[in-house]
Amino acid sequence: MSVRASLNPRAAARGRVAMEGSLGDRILRGLCIAAGLLAGGTLLAVAYQVISGARLSISTFGLPFLVHSAWAPNLGHFGAAVMLYGTAVSSAIALLISTPVAIAIAIYLSMLAPRAVRIVVGPLVEMLAAIPSVILGLWGIIVLAPFMQRHVEPALHGVLGFIPIFGPAQTTGLGVFTAGVILTVMVVPIIASLSRDLFLSVPRELTDAAESVGATRWEVIRGVVLPTTVSGVSAAIMLGLGRALGEAIAVASVIGAGNVVHVSTFETGNSLAARIALDFAYIVSNLHTASLFYLALILLVFGLLTNLIARQIASRYDVHRTFA
Amino acid sequence: MSSSGGDAIRPRVRIQDGSASRPVPAAQRNDNGGTRRAAVFDIRDMSVHYGENRALDWTTLRIDRNLVTAVIGPSGCGKSTFIRSLNRMNDSIPGFRIGGQVLYHGHDLYARQTNRVEVRRRIGMVFQKPNPFPKSIYDNVAWAPRNLGMKSGLDERVERALRHAAIWDEVKDRLRASALSLSGGQQQRLCIARSIAVEPDVLLLDEPASALDPVATAAIEDLMHNLKHRYTIVIVTHNMQQAARVADRTAFFSLDERDRTGTLVEYGDTDTIFTNPADPRTRDYVTGRFG
Ligand SMILES: Nc1ncnc2c1ncn2[C@@H]1O[C@H](COP(=O)(O)OP(=O)(O)O)[C@@H](O)[C@H]1O
Ligand SMILES: [Mg+2]
Repeated sequence: MSVRASLNPRAAARGRVAMEGSLGDRILRGLCIAAGLLAGGTLLAVAYQVISGARLSISTFGLPFLVHSAWAPNLGHFGAAVMLYGTAVSSAIALLISTPVAIAIAIYLSMLAPRAVRIVVGPLVEMLAAIPSVILGLWGIIVLAPFMQRHVEPALHGVLGFIPIFGPAQTTGLGVFTAGVILTVMVVPIIASLSRDLFLSVPRELTDAAESVGATRWEVIRGVVLPTTVSGVSAAIMLGLGRALGEAIAVASVIGAGNVVHVSTFETGNSLAARIALDFAYIVSNLHTASLFYLALILLVFGLLTNLIARQIASRYDVHRTFA
Repeated sequence: MSSSGGDAIRPRVRIQDGSASRPVPAAQRNDNGGTRRAAVFDIRDMSVHYGENRALDWTTLRIDRNLVTAVIGPSGCGKSTFIRSLNRMNDSIPGFRIGGQVLYHGHDLYARQTNRVEVRRRIGMVFQKPNPFPKSIYDNVAWAPRNLGMKSGLDERVERALRHAAIWDEVKDRLRASALSLSGGQQQRLCIARSIAVEPDVLLLDEPASALDPVATAAIEDLMHNLKHRYTIVIVTHNMQQAARVADRTAFFSLDERDRTGTLVEYGDTDTIFTNPADPRTRDYVTGRFG
């Protein structure tokens, strides 16, 4: 090739491009494989370390660890029930509030809002996700909790008090419900911005088709936009759930560090992530460390499960999204 | 003209002159066996802008009931712009502005009190690219009637629409299958069925066969002959043989040489447009393509 290259500079150039192309391809492929292996390897390594760290606690308490609510490191009593309950309930509250709110925001921003509003409000919603959680936690303690305690919780108790989860308001406003509201603030921007992009990606041909048979804007949204994006929106909700399950600092600030499972969500509680983050500062025994790892293992399983469910939903509905 | 066979069973008398711009008094709107065909659209001095760009200029023409009116012309001359302005599909395009008047049975389509949704219910549209919903065949057709509360006799309505769109025999055994499993030609006929399921008054078709093979195209053209007894049809096509085959009237649009804006050059009976056009530009276009 070198002979011909020296005779014909254009051929040489072409040859070089071709070679760089294939070399570039190979480097890129290598990088991708390495990145994939790194991600998988990290996951396996973390899982292994969490399991081995938790081994002492697993062998001491076994599965009943999940239903025991006592957590007294000095006495050697450890159980995950309070944290499990707090994590599950605060995340559920967050999803229940944030899903409709976020989808409404996404519908508004993608289809209803005037251009000027989209340009200003769209980035603001995304910036909400950029607030460091420690700041949200601080805001939760100073502003949100008193507000909840004075206004929201009494109102909810007044109207829905016959449901045990809406018990009487407590003295501080710190509790599982307030943690759920803080998580809502963190989850809404995730679901809203992902959903908005999904709604914008619905092919124009489909909305045109719906409009051409006399559908109102709402009918277009309900009959065409939402059904064609349901898998993506579900995945976005699952991403939001993942965020809610794993959040430590903001929840730790407002959940009240309770030690008892209360049916009323206005009472204090604790969450897996919050307990792990706060307890590591003053470990009292090996069993304590192992029990924190046990909590971490539960959290890890939750996280992986959410992810798997998201994938499952996405693949189930993907057949309907083949329209390009 | 191949469509003349249909004239025998049409009770109404053909309009005497092809003049497009004559205004129709409101009293003539109802065609109760009068001597004059009723105007469905009376378009006066329509002009369309997209932002700063003028896409269509000074278009004045009348579209009559139960006829197939073809819109032909080179690409970019504003055919889609014109036809999409007849059911306000252009409204959602940023920068769209329309001048002049579009009267539909005497009502100003662009008047403030005109309800856009209602306009589209009466004036359906089929697009260039088949665009069925990613739903079942049945639900594609049933969706709009359901929205409008036409819930009783829905199965019959769906069947009727599919029959009129000449696709019933091909899909009757798999109504629950996804519409996306159909071929392109079948999808396009399904889209026609979807449009006529709400029994519109007018059917607008924007190059409905341009993405289809010759067999599917022939099926769509056959359909036009049958549909025009029920609906008023406006069809955009870049295929002049197709216009000659399916249309009673033809409007030829062209790009103005100087400012590259689409204009209506000539409008009249399809026979006249193809055999004895008045405007040299029409003759050049028609013969150029055929020759
Ligand atoms: N959505 C749009 N935004 C801006 N300009 C457009 C749009 N659609 C069409 N146009 C312009 O309007 C003119 C006519 O286009 P169109 O009506 O699509 O022509 P045709 O259907 O005859 O090919 C073209 O110059 C085109 O660039
Ligand atoms: Mg076009």
